Amino acid sequence: MQKGGFNFDLYQRNVELIEKNNYKVPKTTKTGTTIVGVVFSDGVVLGADTRATSGPIVADPNCEKIHRISDYIWCAGAGTAADTENTTGMISLQLELLSLSTGRSPRVRTALTLLKNFLFRYHGYISAALVLGGVDFTGPHLHMIHPHGSTSTLPYISMGSGSLAAMAVLETGYNSKMGEEDAKSLVHQAILSGILNDLGSGGNVDLCVIKHKSMEFFRNIDTTNSKRKFRKKLPYMFKSGSTKILEKQIKEKMEKMEIVNEKESQIEELEEL
Amino acid sequence: METYLGEKQQASQWSPYINNGGSCLAVAGEDFAVIASDTRMSLGYSIKTRYSTKYLKITEKCSIVSSGMQADIFTLHKVLKSRAQIYEQKHGKPMSTDAVAKLVSRLLYYRRFFPYYTFNIVAGIDDEGVGCVFSYDAIGTLERVKYSASGSGSSLIEPVLDNQVALKNRNDIKKEDYKLTKENAIDLVKDAITSAGERDIYTGDFVEISIIDINGTHEDKFELRFD
Repeated sequence: MQKGGFNFDLYQRNVELIEKNNYKVPKTTKTGTTIVGVVFSDGVVLGADTRATSGPIVADPNCEKIHRISDYIWCAGAGTAADTENTTGMISLQLELLSLSTGRSPRVRTALTLLKNFLFRYHGYISAALVLGGVDFTGPHLHMIHPHGSTSTLPYISMGSGSLAAMAVLETGYNSKMGEEDAKSLVHQAILSGILNDLGSGGNVDLCVIKHKSMEFFRNIDTTNSKRKFRKKLPYMFKSGSTKILEKQIKEKMEKMEIVNEKESQIEELEEL
Repeated sequence: METYLGEKQQASQWSPYINNGGSCLAVAGEDFAVIASDTRMSLGYSIKTRYSTKYLKITEKCSIVSSGMQADIFTLHKVLKSRAQIYEQKHGKPMSTDAVAKLVSRLLYYRRFFPYYTFNIVAGIDDEGVGCVFSYDAIGTLERVKYSASGSGSSLIEPVLDNQVALKNRNDIKKEDYKLTKENAIDLVKDAITSAGERDIYTGDFVEISIIDINGTHEDKFELRFD
């Protein structure tokens, strides 16, 4: 039997810390984010940008937002980075155990139910907005999950701060008879739209194409936006001694080792290349 | 309304100020000054325009860059430009950089009780031909310095300039032996604002960079990331 929700025993302490002790509440790393999912004739395509922000600062310019739930069920996550990673990780474990105990391959709708029930128990305090997509023996599926636990099943979805920019592209380009290449290109364009027009999204485009018993993960399929445009020719040089040495302590941890076999020929071969 | 951590959220009151983001910097050399600013104008998580100038050339020897609220930047620059023109017509010669610096300070303090939401940097060549940079706060506190950065990326840029221009926290180069050449200063300024563009979401798109020396002002433009 699972215990419900958060433990609020420390609530009073937290209130006092903030009011009396000037405690600064730590900023969470949010993923800002543009995530997208599209159903096509043979399966599902998921897309995501790669920028993680902490306020106005880019904390990680190339993070992975598409998480594995099972081999052919993947999930893109927006919101607080820790929440999306731990939630998808937890449900991935639960789904694996379930599929082992039932002896059946996992279904997308099972992952959906596990995720929505988990998030609902926390009443939106776990800030994870997910795009769940996959192909199981009943066919391709695509769902969106909100932090409070509500879900929708749709042919095309976008979430995150860049969702409006991405949805504009999806609404223009989507048609129900798309093939794999069209769907990939549409998701790519939608993510690019989020990267260029939304400040919370940026970096590279990640794509994930799931079909029946097949999954292709295109990590950083598009890196044109993350190239640094100027770098000065002279490198930053710090001669030894630029950092002041205040104290020096040399400890002998083990006896010096004798070099028995030197692979000189290998080094020469490499030099010749 | 209280959140789960007990923080009290006040009902949002209307504010006349907004921050359109962006970064500015300037570096002074022995006989030149380099001044640069990005051109991105943002509001919240959106980009309003990729090109909105934050730079104004006041005289051949003096320029200003400002970050903060675009409406106030535009108005301040408009007032400054017209005041510089009036001076030149009255006195028959352009304003000296020191005079411009003082004028900016007075214009800002004039609005002491409803300030311009602008963070300005004035740079140029003084009467002796030596490069100078003046930095301000929102109400006109004036300080002559060797370098300055302002705006959303200032906390990313300032430490780089501290280390590379003022040689702070390093013991390998002595100040007496070190001379900042024009090429090195330009490269440093370009590098610093590019690095700010990598990590600050409000800095990006284009940079307007301007080199001021005894021969006048040379203006240039280059690209940053668009994401």
